[in-house]
Amino acid sequence: MSNTLALGGKRIGYEVRQYFRQGDTVFFTFLFPLVMLTIFSTAFSESSFGTDADGNDVSAAAFYLPAMLAAGVLLSGLQNMAVDIAMEKSDGTLKRLGGSPLPVFSYFMGKIGQVFVTGLAQAAAILLLAATVFQVPLPTEAEKWLTFAWVFVLGVVTSAILGIALSSIPRSGKSATAVIIPITLVLQFISGVYLSFTQLPEWLQNIASVFPLKWMAQGMRAVFLPENFEVLEQNESWDLPGVALVTLLWLVVGLVASRVTFRWIRKDS
Amino acid sequence: MTATDPIVSVRDLRKTYGSLTALDGVSFDIERGETFALLGPNGAGKSTTIEILEGYRDRTSGAALVLGTDPSKGGLAWKARLGIVLQSSGESGSVTVREQLSHFASFYPHPRSVDEVIGAVGLEAKAKTLIRNLSGGQRRRVDVALGVIGRPELLFLDEPTTGFDPEARHQFWHLVRSLKSDGTTILLTTHYLDEAAQLSDRAGVIAGGALIDIGSIDEIGGAEARTPVVRWFEGGEREERTPSPGAFVASLQGRLGTEVPGLEVVRPSLEDVYLRLVSRGVSASLDVVTSTGSVHRSTSSTTGSAS
Repeated sequence: MSNTLALGGKRIGYEVRQYFRQGDTVFFTFLFPLVMLTIFSTAFSESSFGTDADGNDVSAAAFYLPAMLAAGVLLSGLQNMAVDIAMEKSDGTLKRLGGSPLPVFSYFMGKIGQVFVTGLAQAAAILLLAATVFQVPLPTEAEKWLTFAWVFVLGVVTSAILGIALSSIPRSGKSATAVIIPITLVLQFISGVYLSFTQLPEWLQNIASVFPLKWMAQGMRAVFLPENFEVLEQNESWDLPGVALVTLLWLVVGLVASRVTFRWIRKDS
Repeated sequence: MTATDPIVSVRDLRKTYGSLTALDGVSFDIERGETFALLGPNGAGKSTTIEILEGYRDRTSGAALVLGTDPSKGGLAWKARLGIVLQSSGESGSVTVREQLSHFASFYPHPRSVDEVIGAVGLEAKAKTLIRNLSGGQRRRVDVALGVIGRPELLFLDEPTTGFDPEARHQFWHLVRSLKSDGTTILLTTHYLDEAAQLSDRAGVIAGGALIDIGSIDEIGGAEARTPVVRWFEGGEREERTPSPGAFVASLQGRLGTEVPGLEVVRPSLEDVYLRLVSRGVSASLDVVTSTGSVHRSTSSTTGSAS
């Protein structure tokens, strides 16, 4: 087991190195939320997104910050993982690994570790961009950062596991982005990432509530939006226990699906 | 398994895909330290056989043992004793040659030295190059390097030199010979018959999913197939197959003078023997391969007219 863990650690370094050497993943996964935050913050710089309890205006950048953090978690986890593994399945990477004595557990440790490292770097970059360029006031209470920590970690791990499960859907590496990106894009639109969740019709809110992204975004809003925004949420509450419950539920679904569907190669295809 | 048990043992191996029969009762053994070539046309069943032995495919019926283990149930410790060079690879390759080899070396309990392996495949100058920036032949050398990095007891080489220039191929032959002298058992498939002749001790020829011949490189196809051919000019190109070319040339000299025009004495190469076998094997299966892998030839099967 110690060897499996040591190899998993090596895989993390190997995966992270590969990730940052691939220009397309760096742009569409890593930089994408930063680009979107910049666009929204600039395009809507004149619009009002409400005021906090002291009467200060909430800027577009402040309003979109939690949404982009949640989007980053989904992209770094689910989209990146699903496309990455589908590509590795079709280009022969998995076949080679399957013929080597690398334990499957070490492989997944490397994948989830890569998502964790890149997701964390991405979140740090988004926060830095918001705080410096767009002057978004960040929370100072330790309690808020604690909430951020668990929402982030749970969100990243769940997204990564769901990505592994979804990687078995595309039939080829070439079709992987075409199959996966629409899924993540629709989820982002209905889950309050690009459009304000409170303005969506209730039936659409209810559909979005089935999926984890709505809850991850809600958890992020609980951290970064002023307290008086809580009444705008469904049931007028951040509902953090709900965030934890639904995300954990999807984590279990993802684990079971990954366990059932993952193979090094499609035997006899 | 004991030291004298075969490294690979295959008995009556069958593989069907729906109504298609890819392998129809193939049997052979590979002994420890031996280099065995599996030859045959595309689609004959070579890769199916090799992938069953590598554990990538499940057999439909028959028995297979690789290093004493059923390959469909081989675990990590078993995989650590194998080296696999697959037929093709197209990985994104965003790591350098040295990074890739060091990484794979860490999977194995007793890996070879990364620098030695890079040297053995002739990629010293490319050690710090990203794999995606290598040429096709250079990437193939990385595949070979990855196959041997774990110091395998049994090495599968599935068309290893496709895309190599002649110099790289000779360098590869040198590498295979040094692996062999280290005691590595090798299963090779190739379309280059000179390569099979250079490297292997024995060969099996597969056509239409069946093993149509098996034997040492010098004997495969039977003695008759190796009968030398004498060619000369005598009012046009003439040709005679004879087991005693010296005497025959002497008789020609008696008739035509000391310098026989256009004289050539040719011993059929493995390629000639192979082509004869395969064209015969496809038209009619005259040879019966027994379960022990030896060949019984029906008496009517080998006459000079078979060519």
